[in-house]
Amino acid sequence: MTSSFKEFASDSLQPKEFSFTAENLREAKIVLKRYPKDYPEGALMPLLTLAQKQSKGWLPKKAIEYIASFLKVSEIKVLEIATFYSMYNLSPVGKNHIEVCTTTPCMLRGSDDILKVCEKFLNINSGSVSKDKRFSLTEVECLGACVNAPVIKIDQDYFEDLDSKSTLNLLDCLAENKTVKKGSQIMRRGTEPVRRK
Amino acid sequence: MLKKKDIIFENLYRKFSPYLSAAKERGDWKNTAKLIKQGSNKIVEIIKESGLRGRGGAGFSTGMKWSFMPKKKSREHYLVINADEGEPGTCKDRDIIRNEPHKLIEGCLLSGYAIQSNTCYIYIRGEFGEEIEILNKAIEEAYKHGLIGLNACGTGWRFDIHLHLGAGAYICGEETALIESIEGKKGQPRLKPPFPANVGLFGCPTTVNNVETIAVIPTILRRGASWFSSLGKPNNTGSKIFCISGHVNRPCNVEEELGVPLKTLIQKYAGDVIGGWDNLLAVIPGGSSVPLLPKEICESISMDFDSLKEAGSGLGTAGVIVMNKQTDIVSAIRRLSEFYKHESCGQCTPCREGTGWLMRMMKKIELGDFIPEDLEMLENVTKQIEGHTICALGDAAAWPIQGLLRHFKNEVLLRSKKHYVA
Repeated sequence: MTSSFKEFASDSLQPKEFSFTAENLREAKIVLKRYPKDYPEGALMPLLTLAQKQSKGWLPKKAIEYIASFLKVSEIKVLEIATFYSMYNLSPVGKNHIEVCTTTPCMLRGSDDILKVCEKFLNINSGSVSKDKRFSLTEVECLGACVNAPVIKIDQDYFEDLDSKSTLNLLDCLAENKTVKKGSQIMRRGTEPVRRK
Repeated sequence: MLKKKDIIFENLYRKFSPYLSAAKERGDWKNTAKLIKQGSNKIVEIIKESGLRGRGGAGFSTGMKWSFMPKKKSREHYLVINADEGEPGTCKDRDIIRNEPHKLIEGCLLSGYAIQSNTCYIYIRGEFGEEIEILNKAIEEAYKHGLIGLNACGTGWRFDIHLHLGAGAYICGEETALIESIEGKKGQPRLKPPFPANVGLFGCPTTVNNVETIAVIPTILRRGASWFSSLGKPNNTGSKIFCISGHVNRPCNVEEELGVPLKTLIQKYAGDVIGGWDNLLAVIPGGSSVPLLPKEICESISMDFDSLKEAGSGLGTAGVIVMNKQTDIVSAIRRLSEFYKHESCGQCTPCREGTGWLMRMMKKIELGDFIPEDLEMLENVTKQIEGHTICALGDAAAWPIQGLLRHFKNEVLLRSKKHYVA
C-alpha cells in the first residue's frame, strides 16, 4: 500500500512562493503559544497542517521552506516530518480527497469492494488524481471506526457503514455537488448495535 | 453483567448532547473542587485502591504510574493524554471524545492535579475531524465557565489543556513516540530509562495516559474505590468499553464489566456471529496486536487482562475482531502484516526489516507459493523480531502471525501449492 502523494510534485506544479495568509498568521501565533518558549518546534506539526490546509490539501516545497524559516529550524527537519507522517501530502490532491480504509476490520466487511467501486467510478487507481483534478483516491490504514466498517474519509469527514450501493450514491452526490450525509450511511447515530439488511 | 446504575459512559450512543449543560445533568463537574481539595496524595491513593489498570493496551496500574512522578516539584510536570487511537479493531476513545468530552476534560484536571501538573496536552489523531471540533468546543466551554484555566473550579489550581493533532502515524500511540511527536520530531520511541516520569515531554516529568483511563477518573473519585473494584474481577476491576467488529450481525461498542464472557459480548450485544455461533472461526480479542483465539477458546474465555494472558493472547485495547468460517484467515493476517510494515517507524533494524519480511512471506503464503519449511522460517523471523526492538510494535507485528501458526498451521499448510513437490 503506497501513496504517490508522498513524492514531490513536479516543478511545473510547484508554486513560486508561499506565505501564510493574514488569518493563518494570526492562527500560527496562537499555536506557538501552546508550546514552551524554548521549544517552538512543538508547533511544527500544527503549522504544517495549517500550511497544507491553506494549499488545498498538499505541501508545496515553498511551504516547507517557509515553515522552516518561520520556526528557525533547518528545512530537512521540516521535510523529515512531512515525509514521516502519512497525512501530509507532497503533491496535489483532488478537490475531494478520498481515503479508503482497507485494514483487516474494514476488509472483513468488504472494504476491497468499496475500493473497487471508487476506482471504477472515478476511473483512477488508488494513489492518483482524476484527470479533471476533481477527485483523488488513496488506500489508508485503520481509521479507527471499526464497528462502523467499512469506512472512508473524504476530506475532513468520515462516511461509515458503507456498502457498494451507498458508496456509489455518495460519489454520485459529490460529483454533482449535492450535499452528502456525513457519518453512518444507515439509520445509526453512532456505535450502537443496529440490525442491518 | 454491568447494571444500569453502574454505567460510566451514559452517552456512549450519542443520545444526548456532548456539551456542558447536558454533561452536567449526567453528573460531570459536580463537586469537582471538593474532589481536588482531598489533596493529590489522596487521589493517587484512591485510584490505586480502585485497581484501575490503563485502558490503552498495556494494562499497567494507573495509580502506580502516577506515583512514579517526582513528589517534589522542581520543574514543570506534564500530563499527556493519548488520544491517538489507531489500533485496528479499536474505536472507543473516539466515542468518549465525541460523546463524553467533559468526562475527559474533568479527568484531565483531576489527574493533572494528582501528578501536580498545570499543563496537559491531548494528542488526538489528526483524522478525527468531528471529534477535534467537539473536543475543542468542550474545552472552550470549560475555560469559559472557569472549570479549567487560571483558577480551575475555584480551587486556585492553574490548569491548561492544549490539543496537539497527530498526522497519521500509528507509532505515536507509543508513549515516548507520542512525546517525540509533540516536540515536533518523527514519532520514534525513546529508549527507557530514563522513563517519562523523570524525563518526558520537553525534558520534564511526564505521565502519559489513555483517554478511557482518564475519562473514568472523575466517576471513580465520586463513587469511591470500592465501588469500582466491586465491578469486574480481582486484579481486573471496573468496567470497560469493548468494540466488537468484523463478522457479527450488529457491530457495536458496549460498556461492560471486565471479565465478561467473550461469548456474551458477541451474542448478547453484537447479535451473534454472522451465520450463527457455530460459524465462528476465530477472534482477535484485543486489537490487531494480540494473537487470535480459535473457536474452542472463545467458547469459555472471559474478557479480562489475566484470563486472556493465560490463554496466550491479551486484552489489549479490547477491540474484538470476529472472523467467521467464510474468512480467508491467511489474507486477514496478511493484511495486518501490511499494516505493521507500513507503520514501523524504521528505527530498529529487526522491526524495520522484519516487518517487510513478514509481509512478503505472508503474501507468498496467501498465494500458496511456499514449501512447508517456509513456515518454520516465518516463525523464526517473528522470534527474531519479538523482544528485540525498543518498543512493542515489533512484538505486535510478530504476534498475529504466531497466533495464526499456533492455531491454524494445518489450514495454512493446505494452501501450499508446492506441498507435494517439496
